[in-house]
Amino acid sequence: MAAGTGELNRPALTGTVFAVRELRFWLTDYRRTWRGSIYSSLLNPLLFLGAMGLGLGSLINARGDTAIGGVSYLTFLAPGLLAATAMTTAVGESTYPVLASVKWVKTYQAATASPLRPADIFHGHMLFVALRLTMNCAIFLAVSAILGAVQSPWALAALPVAVLTGITFNAVIEAWAITRTRDTSFAVIFRFGMIPLFLFSGTFFPITELPGWLQPVAYLTPLWHGVDLCRSLSLGTATVGETLIHLGYLAGLAAIGVAAGNRTYRRRLYV
Amino acid sequence: MIRARGLVKRFGEFTAVDGIDFELYRGEAFGFLGPNGAGKSSTMRMIGCVSPPTGGELSILGLDPVADGPVIRARLGVVPQEDTLDLELTVRENLLVYGRYFGLSRDVIRERTARLLDFVQLSDRAEDQVEPLSGGMKRRLIIARSLINEPEILLLDEPTTGLDPQARHAVWDRLFRLKQQGVTLILTTHYMDEAEQLCDRLVVMDRGKIAAEGSPRELIERYSTPEVLELRFEPDRHQVAAEKLASVPAERREVLADRILLYVTDGDATLAAVRALGLEPLTSLVRRSTLEDVFLRLTGRRLED
Repeated sequence: MAAGTGELNRPALTGTVFAVRELRFWLTDYRRTWRGSIYSSLLNPLLFLGAMGLGLGSLINARGDTAIGGVSYLTFLAPGLLAATAMTTAVGESTYPVLASVKWVKTYQAATASPLRPADIFHGHMLFVALRLTMNCAIFLAVSAILGAVQSPWALAALPVAVLTGITFNAVIEAWAITRTRDTSFAVIFRFGMIPLFLFSGTFFPITELPGWLQPVAYLTPLWHGVDLCRSLSLGTATVGETLIHLGYLAGLAAIGVAAGNRTYRRRLYV
Repeated sequence: MIRARGLVKRFGEFTAVDGIDFELYRGEAFGFLGPNGAGKSSTMRMIGCVSPPTGGELSILGLDPVADGPVIRARLGVVPQEDTLDLELTVRENLLVYGRYFGLSRDVIRERTARLLDFVQLSDRAEDQVEPLSGGMKRRLIIARSLINEPEILLLDEPTTGLDPQARHAVWDRLFRLKQQGVTLILTTHYMDEAEQLCDRLVVMDRGKIAAEGSPRELIERYSTPEVLELRFEPDRHQVAAEKLASVPAERREVLADRILLYVTDGDATLAAVRALGLEPLTSLVRRSTLEDVFLRLTGRRLED
């Protein structure tokens, strides 16, 4: 009788307990698809790491360019790609799966009939994306290390930073995606949002190489903050001040995304 | 168990539910009847605590649906109008993930899954994926799923819409058993036979308002006559016959495109009176009034969407 209401007497715990229930739903679903998802979400960045880092990198290294800090191009590229991988994983998980849950398969509606509230459903999915990010980024980082692209033990700290970068994108995009009724705008986000960020946020070259007017724009993008922090940690050049600015920016934007998502999820699921 | 006073739901300018009152008691089967767009589903969503009322009072199990949504929903079972099963998962996994939403342990879920799948006759499909199941099987699975938390109240929004007659009867049979077990049932439907079969008490809704309330029998007594005489004439005599029939005493008469209905106490006597006027119908049928007659009288024959 009245199953699962025990924790309702402790409101502080309720949100977490409920979000974990939604997370477990996603994990059950994921058991079916995890192998394929790992290949597809890691193949792309690893191909980039090989083609650009090793292939193109051999040309760049031969020139002995100091613009990338006097390290091999692979070493320069790997942490940037780590953050970019977090972004692409997060954006992928925050778009089509969200619309599928609310519109095509309606698993979100199924969850709203249980004690879970819209915010719990949102946070539960975010927890799942955070796990996916951790998994993908850890594998990517391990491969980078095997290829010799990691210089400092601080590179381990780049893992949570990359995950935070992904969570920031996840929170903001997911808060928006739940308001969509069709998936057409997702393709726009991929083409005109994610790909330019991927190319021009310092992943492949320092943004000081961008035209002067474009540099301030790059400084404002969340991916640059993730890339720059991952890179400075990986190269062992991070400073406390810059690290705090990057973390503050990412965490602040993530918090805005969560606050917005709490509202948009409620508005979509409680009509 | 549920009490509504002046309950209102608006979507922007549109008023879906326009100040309705109703009260529900433990163990009864209560129906919301009405044409599409009458406000049935909006009412159900408010009871399900997934749609905050715009106005009026609503109390469910003595609690406030806006403030105490999670506590109330833990004690409700919901069979939504559209299938919300996870098609990628198996029948058993669907019950597992749903049971976890209610915080049930794996052991409890396993034990209840066996019992519920047996109840809806899906035990042999437990390990199958949901996607290829027939519409009737999916409905039965949703009913099993809605019972995983052993709810006190079961909400069913058009539980048999789109099912073939065999599947509908299978669903009715299960719902009837639940009612016997003391589960309070609330359902919406636009099938009159469904309402007559299952509901102890019902309200007819039209354009957001309650048009009538009572047991199926009471409603028929109040809004229709004991019998209905249905007459069919050749198309070219239809209009003439309709005019002549005006002199035959009847509580109410309806001239449709193909038939003429006379609402009377004694259908055979009226048929004799019709023949006495020299009118010989192609076919005639004397039948008892049904809920459908009540429904059409109260909500009209206009076509909604």
